[in-house]
Amino acid sequence: MSSPANVADRPVDDHPGGARLEVRNLRKVYTGRGEPVEAVADLTFEVRPGELVCVVGPSGAGKTTLLRCLAGLLPATSGDVSLGGAPITGPPPGMAVVLQEYGRSLFPWMSVAQNVELPLKEKRVPKARRAELVDETLAAVGLADVAGSYPWQLSGGMQQRVAIARAVAYEPQVLLMDEPFAAVDAQTRFELEDLVRTLWKRLGITVVFVTHDIDEAIYLGERVLVLSARPTVVLEDVAVGLGADRDQLETRGDAEFARLRTHVYELVQQAKQGVRSLADAHLTHPADTPPRAGA
Amino acid sequence: MTGVLRVLRSVLLTLGLPAVILLAWWFTSAGSTTFYNPPLSAILGTFRETWFSAPLGESRLAVDVVPSVLRLLAGYGIALVAGIALGVAIGSSRALRAFAEPVLEFFRAIPPPVLVPVLMLFLGIGDTMKIVVIAIGCLWPVLLNTVEGVRGLDPVLRDTARAYRLGLVATLRHLVLRGASPQIVTGARQALSIGIILMVISEMFAAKDGLGFSIVQFQRGFAIPEMWSGVILLGVVGVLLSLVFRAVSHAVLRWYLGYRQSQHGGA
Repeated sequence: MSSPANVADRPVDDHPGGARLEVRNLRKVYTGRGEPVEAVADLTFEVRPGELVCVVGPSGAGKTTLLRCLAGLLPATSGDVSLGGAPITGPPPGMAVVLQEYGRSLFPWMSVAQNVELPLKEKRVPKARRAELVDETLAAVGLADVAGSYPWQLSGGMQQRVAIARAVAYEPQVLLMDEPFAAVDAQTRFELEDLVRTLWKRLGITVVFVTHDIDEAIYLGERVLVLSARPTVVLEDVAVGLGADRDQLETRGDAEFARLRTHVYELVQQAKQGVRSLADAHLTHPADTPPRAGA
Repeated sequence: MTGVLRVLRSVLLTLGLPAVILLAWWFTSAGSTTFYNPPLSAILGTFRETWFSAPLGESRLAVDVVPSVLRLLAGYGIALVAGIALGVAIGSSRALRAFAEPVLEFFRAIPPPVLVPVLMLFLGIGDTMKIVVIAIGCLWPVLLNTVEGVRGLDPVLRDTARAYRLGLVATLRHLVLRGASPQIVTGARQALSIGIILMVISEMFAAKDGLGFSIVQFQRGFAIPEMWSGVILLGVVGVLLSLVFRAVSHAVLRWYLGYRQSQHGGA
């Protein structure tokens, strides 16, 4: 298995880079049988091209609803979502997704390589280039030697690497990840987090990473959007000043990391209790350098 | 050594019971003087000259068995194509399902052999009638299982296919048909046994050739050993068809066995 570390050597210029993702007054109400449920009340935020933004919130905060709206898999009740200025009405080109259920998002009747290749075929990427992309990305996620295996022959962490490889091979401008590491063990999770950071830096794409894990959000993100409980609004847009190079030991031991962790943790606790704006939040550990980004 | 033993064991397990039954039949019928229950030795003795008498082109194998099997394959093939196509359409659309389900339940409840006299009125007693009877009988298990298979497709896989903008053709080919293939194969297996039954029955009512026709003809002519040999040949044809089916379904579902094991056994 080749190390994921060598991927940083590849030149960046043959990738399209990131696109701007804008969400304005997004609202989603589920109307099915019974009472309509307002999952998302009013979300407005922006992800700049090439930025890595994490989204955290209490469980049931409509994180997955938000991501499905961003992916064009779910129509919004009102409000706008746009990618590079173009409104999203269905799954847009140039967007790739990695879902939490790795075991169910890979086609079990296809080999690992075929899974990675299928979206490229639909994109009409020429055959030679397809083979190149499949080889490259599988090597980048350290799975070159299992290209011919079926996904279900691999461990959970490896399956999620396949899903990441598929997303990266697609050469997207935006990568959406929905709690991708929630179901893998802690050590694998650290490796995969570093893999995401490495790939993101190499490709220069826009990444939206949804997670319920506060540490993960801070470790990965340039910004962390903290959501309220449903119906969802943005509680705070927290800038993460941890620099470009992150290290599992150094970064997580950093005083700034600890401060951010405390702050976001308190916000999520407040959100669980139904607090819907920063002004109403009672924070016992006030953030001394109020980190505001975006808004 | 253990490998040889294992092979030996599986051969014994597979062939053991048929061998016991044949031997039991052979010995219990050995001294039989009953006209309707001739010794197995007499049945097997007549087998060759009844079905394979030279020249091969004019033997009953070519004149009766081959047309039967061809009609079966034609009807079965039509049922597979129509059943899968309709099943995918109905399985993909909730509205269509609600619309079609009562009618499907009704037609499924009609035993297909009952259609033979009805269809004879419209289609005569030729090949068309028999092929249509087989096709209609085989259609339901294929259709209903395909509907179930398509309905049961994982929504996460559907989302994945949509998110990566798979077109209609690719979605059908790589997601819907492959994902529903375990159920489709189940339906096709049920349909095959129904098809064999209908192949025989459709010939018993009225026909000018066919395996079922031959058996009835022997019975009416009191050619009892020949009749029994026809029943045995029918069984052999059935076993051969199911072996072919097994080989094909094994190739189609190679992924499925391991996948299922990984879902239930491991992880």
